[in-house]
Amino acid sequence: MSDGYILQMKNITKTFPGVKALSNVTLEVSKASIHAICGENGAGKSTLMKVLSGVYPHGSYDGHIIFEGKEMAFKNIKESERAGIVIIHQELTMIPELSVTENIFMGNEIVERGLINWDQERKKTRELLEAVGLHINPNTIIKNLGVGQQQLVEIAKALSKNVKLLILDEPTSSLNESDSENLLKLMLGLKKQGITSIMISHKLNEIAAVSDYVTVIRDGQTVDGYAVEAGKVDENKIIKAMVGREIENRYPEHTPKIGDVVLEVSDWNVEDAKVPGKMLCKNSRFNVRAGEIVGFAGLMGAGRTELMRSLFGKTIGIFKGGTIRIHGREVKIDSVQDAIKNKLAYVPEDRKVLGLNLLDSIKKTTVSANLDKIKTRGLLDFDKERAAAEKYRVSLRTKCSNVGVGVNTLSGGNQQKVVLSKWMFTEPDILILDEPTRGIDVGAKYEIYKLIHELADQGKAIILVSSELPELLGMADRIYTIFEGQITGELPAKDANQEVLMKKMTITA
Amino acid sequence: MKYIKKVLGEDLRQYTMVVALVALIIVFNIASGEKMVTSSNFQNLISGNAYVLVLALGMLMVIVIGQIDLSVGSVAGFASMVMAITARQFNLPWYIAILVALAIGMLAGAWQGFFLSRLGIPGFITTLGGMMIFRGGVIWISNSISVPVPSELKWFGAGYLPEWGPAFTGMNNSTLLLGVLAIAVYIIIQLKKYARSGDITGEKEEFWPVAVRIVLVTVVIGYMTWIFGSGRPGTSFPIPGLILVILIILYHLITERTSFGRHVYAVGGNKSAAELSGVNVKRTYFLTMLNMSILAAVAGILFVGRSTAAGPADGTSWEMDAIASVFIGGAAVSGGVGTVIATMVGGLVMAVLNNGLMLMGVGADKTQVIKGFVLLAAVAFDVYNKKNRR
Repeated sequence: MSDGYILQMKNITKTFPGVKALSNVTLEVSKASIHAICGENGAGKSTLMKVLSGVYPHGSYDGHIIFEGKEMAFKNIKESERAGIVIIHQELTMIPELSVTENIFMGNEIVERGLINWDQERKKTRELLEAVGLHINPNTIIKNLGVGQQQLVEIAKALSKNVKLLILDEPTSSLNESDSENLLKLMLGLKKQGITSIMISHKLNEIAAVSDYVTVIRDGQTVDGYAVEAGKVDENKIIKAMVGREIENRYPEHTPKIGDVVLEVSDWNVEDAKVPGKMLCKNSRFNVRAGEIVGFAGLMGAGRTELMRSLFGKTIGIFKGGTIRIHGREVKIDSVQDAIKNKLAYVPEDRKVLGLNLLDSIKKTTVSANLDKIKTRGLLDFDKERAAAEKYRVSLRTKCSNVGVGVNTLSGGNQQKVVLSKWMFTEPDILILDEPTRGIDVGAKYEIYKLIHELADQGKAIILVSSELPELLGMADRIYTIFEGQITGELPAKDANQEVLMKKMTITA
Repeated sequence: MKYIKKVLGEDLRQYTMVVALVALIIVFNIASGEKMVTSSNFQNLISGNAYVLVLALGMLMVIVIGQIDLSVGSVAGFASMVMAITARQFNLPWYIAILVALAIGMLAGAWQGFFLSRLGIPGFITTLGGMMIFRGGVIWISNSISVPVPSELKWFGAGYLPEWGPAFTGMNNSTLLLGVLAIAVYIIIQLKKYARSGDITGEKEEFWPVAVRIVLVTVVIGYMTWIFGSGRPGTSFPIPGLILVILIILYHLITERTSFGRHVYAVGGNKSAAELSGVNVKRTYFLTMLNMSILAAVAGILFVGRSTAAGPADGTSWEMDAIASVFIGGAAVSGGVGTVIATMVGGLVMAVLNNGLMLMGVGADKTQVIKGFVLLAAVAFDVYNKKNRR
């Protein structure tokens, strides 16, 4: 029954406390093929791969994994690697200060009488590098290689473990175009040698170029799967399968009162600081009006956050030109201080890493971006601080025993409200919200949505960056789509639907 | 317990070290045959340890931003040696010499701040270099010979407040005046705070905890005034102690009530979040290191004033005492946590240990061992406490 299949995952169900991440997922991969898996952010692709590679050990999920005709019960990554399944993560996992040889044999050294046989390792490394088409000295230090080359070394490392099934998680997301092309060619070459690959990817053009079969996962379920014929893929069909669900009435009613253009960005260019030649923003051009909520749609790594952070004081990448106009006047924003002075506010996507000092109390956090406002005769005035914190606690309906408690004691939704209070306290004209509802439960989301509407009604220009298309369609008045650092479309929310957006988010227009 | 919390505030943990300090004083007083709690010993304790506490003030801020400064002892030694040479060999007045010492501190701080903030070299490395450079510098410019300082400078290290007024008080009237002033200021602050309470939350505080606080503080300050003021004639609360108290108030205000202070904690707590909130991280690093070295120069001046000469080995391993004080005071190695007051309590614990063991005739070797254990115990206790609270 396992004819032609190297891998069958049957009825995989994986639950985390309170969340069903995967339910009854089935995945069948043919020998010596390239199998693409696609789906929205958070659809369960990575969870499925973690189940397969033993990151989530046997017993922590339900269902069966049959690999080369035998039922498998991996307890950890080591066991799955021994069986010939190797996963290459989105973030590379090599040690930058060590050589290619050392990295390839890390944890797997060729040892003779207690000592490493370097000659043997170097010889094998050279062979492996040839196999992936990389002509470099095995003694090269990893950090001196480009990201594309590093990825090839990762694959060489996988080959050193006699890989039979290679899993690549968004392999081209951090590569420039020529490196991506190289990688795809290599995958086709490996296929000829009988190595099977699973590729997780958002990029439909890449899927069309190399894959033999596509499986679409949505909300933790397999929703569709079909063979790709002769390098052709029906993109519309995949997009429809990816977004599928209906928009429920999870968004408050709102009639926008839209005014003049407040923010106008033109020809904004930013280069990746780590990958020369890769542009994080390519000639980005957009505007936001007072009272308007403008959505930015794009898949992970498309450059939404990068665009926002480079606008907010150039805190990311290398600036390569572009202008910002606020209320029609060109402004120079070279630091976060400049941005705040120009009435910009940015609520970052990662609350705990970028938004909060978890050691601080609610009141200290609330005033932290505008300390001048609570000063009396040059000194911070604790009464004013408390009054400000109380004001936002009440108006944002933050649930806490008092404003003196630490922000680390709050739930995600309430923490987000504190971050919002902090930026509202700077009295911005333009508020950039990057994934404001990530990791927040449904009830709290609704409250955040209402707050966003209130802010828009006060005449603030709001930029809403989100990975959830229903959220953008439910909240935004106008939506821009981003793909690979480029703005690929602009359309009024009432004319948009998930299919149209997904298409613009995955294909260069 | 509920009543104690009302008087002292919700977080009682911060008083653990205060309790330990008081316990140490009592135990040593008994063990040494009541030699601990005397006017002369307390005066001695303060003027002999003021320089370490001054260093600890700066070190606290350095540790809060998540760095360390190993060079403070060498900078203190270098600044005071230059001061002594300025006064002696160039025959310049004492106040010029002091300004020169402070300027040296400022330059040393700017130097180290530059490497940390502009080049991103960790403070540990930057100041390890500084430690060697300035220690070598002291020995170099002094030719390994002690240089006496002018007598005016002795006032800063070992001076006392003037005697005046009636004798019937039975004590030094300057000290008495200071004590009375301190109590009065405390009462006014407490009453003002009480008057304002409830303006925001609408819930007026009860009055009795305020009254209890006032009585408690009055008794403590009053007793201290008596101890320090009732020594042999001509002695009082020591000048280095007064300088220290002024600096404590100043730095308490800086850390708690200024933007710069908030930025220090923000950078130490979460550098990325601080940066995205508009904090100039580089500037905060720079100023904190600059400030540390200026305070090191102050510490050097106090020490040299007391020992009457600048020696080539002055300042050796002071950084360790300062760092220990900060950690005994509950600061976190990872940064972001620590207060001026707690650091001062931590420093006093070290000082009382030194002093008490000496009174009991315990040698410097064993004292060192005991101090090491106390540091470990204090930090272990703190870590254990934090873990259990989660």
